[in-house]
Amino acid sequence: MRRSTRLADTTAGALAGLASIRRLTTGRRTGARPPGSWEVVTVDRPPGEVLPGGRWPEPLRRLAPAIQVEIRQAPGGRGTELAARIRPGATLPGLAAHLAGDDPGRVVRTALWQAKQLTETGEVLRADRSRTDRGPAG
Amino acid sequence: MRALCWTDTGQIAVRQVPDPELRNGHDAIVRVRQSATCGGDLPLLAGRAPYLADGDVLGHEFLGEVVTVGPQVRRHRVGDRVVVSSTVACGSCWQCRSGAPWCCDNGNPAPEASELAYGHPVPGAFGRPTATGGFAGGHAEYVRVPYADVGAYRIPDQVSDDRALFAADAAPAGWLAAELGGVRTGSVVAVWGAGAVGQLTARAAGMLGADRVIVIDPRDDRLRMARRHTDAETIDPRHADVPAELRERTGGRGPDVCVEAVGPAWDGRPRSLADRFTDAAERPPAVRESVHVCRKGGTVVVLGEYAGYVDTFPLGAVGAKGLRVRGVRQHGARHVPTLLERMARDELRTEHLATHRLPLEEGARGYALFRDRRDGCVRAVFSPDLPPAG
Repeated sequence: MRRSTRLADTTAGALAGLASIRRLTTGRRTGARPPGSWEVVTVDRPPGEVLPGGRWPEPLRRLAPAIQVEIRQAPGGRGTELAARIRPGATLPGLAAHLAGDDPGRVVRTALWQAKQLTETGEVLRADRSRTDRGPAG
Repeated sequence: MRALCWTDTGQIAVRQVPDPELRNGHDAIVRVRQSATCGGDLPLLAGRAPYLADGDVLGHEFLGEVVTVGPQVRRHRVGDRVVVSSTVACGSCWQCRSGAPWCCDNGNPAPEASELAYGHPVPGAFGRPTATGGFAGGHAEYVRVPYADVGAYRIPDQVSDDRALFAADAAPAGWLAAELGGVRTGSVVAVWGAGAVGQLTARAAGMLGADRVIVIDPRDDRLRMARRHTDAETIDPRHADVPAELRERTGGRGPDVCVEAVGPAWDGRPRSLADRFTDAAERPPAVRESVHVCRKGGTVVVLGEYAGYVDTFPLGAVGAKGLRVRGVRQHGARHVPTLLERMARDELRTEHLATHRLPLEEGARGYALFRDRRDGCVRAVFSPDLPPAG
């Protein structure tokens, strides 16, 4: 039996959210998605480690209070499904809003990937410095 | 430091670039002793990889010596001689823990591009553009190795650099192809391509108990090498009808396992008018041929590194014959340690594949030799320590 943990929404909203998650898994995944769509990643850790004490991991906290977050147990012992979406009518804060452009869902998705990395490996993997930010050879 | 960089379509050059630096706690910096060319690099050289940019450092097969470790690195110390898996995998996600590090969820700091292209993010790899992590490659004096505890492997003392180098990518790729093909005692295996990966696939098939291994390639030198080092039979498609020959050699059944180890080997020039109208989508002849000749219910393994789409794929035959088609890169963390042990026991020898040894400064010449298969080149191996010629 699945266990769903509601964190920042009404029960009805949570159910609607889960329905959105199911649609996401079967829907088309190209380009920008409609505002309010759920973005989801599966984190290979139990729910208590994904949101310890109900606290959001840092990459998601940066987007609060503009987003909603939910978790539920993943099937087959694969850990926890971590979902987030922008609250209807909300605007992403600060730099996130600037980066979001016309696809705020992309910012949410990136934050989810980073939250997953942080939980599973203890760090957010950084790219090599690009040619533009590392300057000329010393 | 010096590094072999992609500069433009068909153009590479050694440049001075900034030294790599620790960016995460699990990183190590490795001083490169050797790096090898690979067929998977050729589409990059030809400018066919999206996001590739002027100055990107190439090379995903390399080994060297650990010179710096991050605070979270536990398994390596400064001075360790290590071979580095071409794939960047975290070792902690469900995919890694399930034995599929090539499918790692966390080895790519920029997962968005490949998620859009393939439906899911693909892990990082060295010497590849941003979509594959954007990690600088091993054709350089130094390389940053993320998740070094997972991706770098200490080389046993009795294994030479010349042998261990191929544990970075070619040997685990060949091993995985044989494994996913379900090769077992009595299997008949056909391998298209007698390059390093093809030969190491043939060798892996033999070690897993295959009764017959047949390697197909249009180059005399490579066929000789395959016969000598893998105990495989060979077919030269210039002088034989490959499907008819395989039917005859397999009692009319067809091989149980067919491995395509040719790859696109693209030189950047459209070969036909159709190329110009199809955005040069691949039409891989060896994949098509392997699907047609594979026995009913057999397995076709695609090792060639195709980046995008293919045309005229015989999907009808896949269904009609009940084939399994498997895609492969390599699961380094699963196979590299055991392959190094096999190398130490002299069961797996790979040094003959390094047909050309060159200083880093001759990288462009080495890749030209490798791309055109000139002068018997199977793999060009670069060493930053070799003095430039002249």
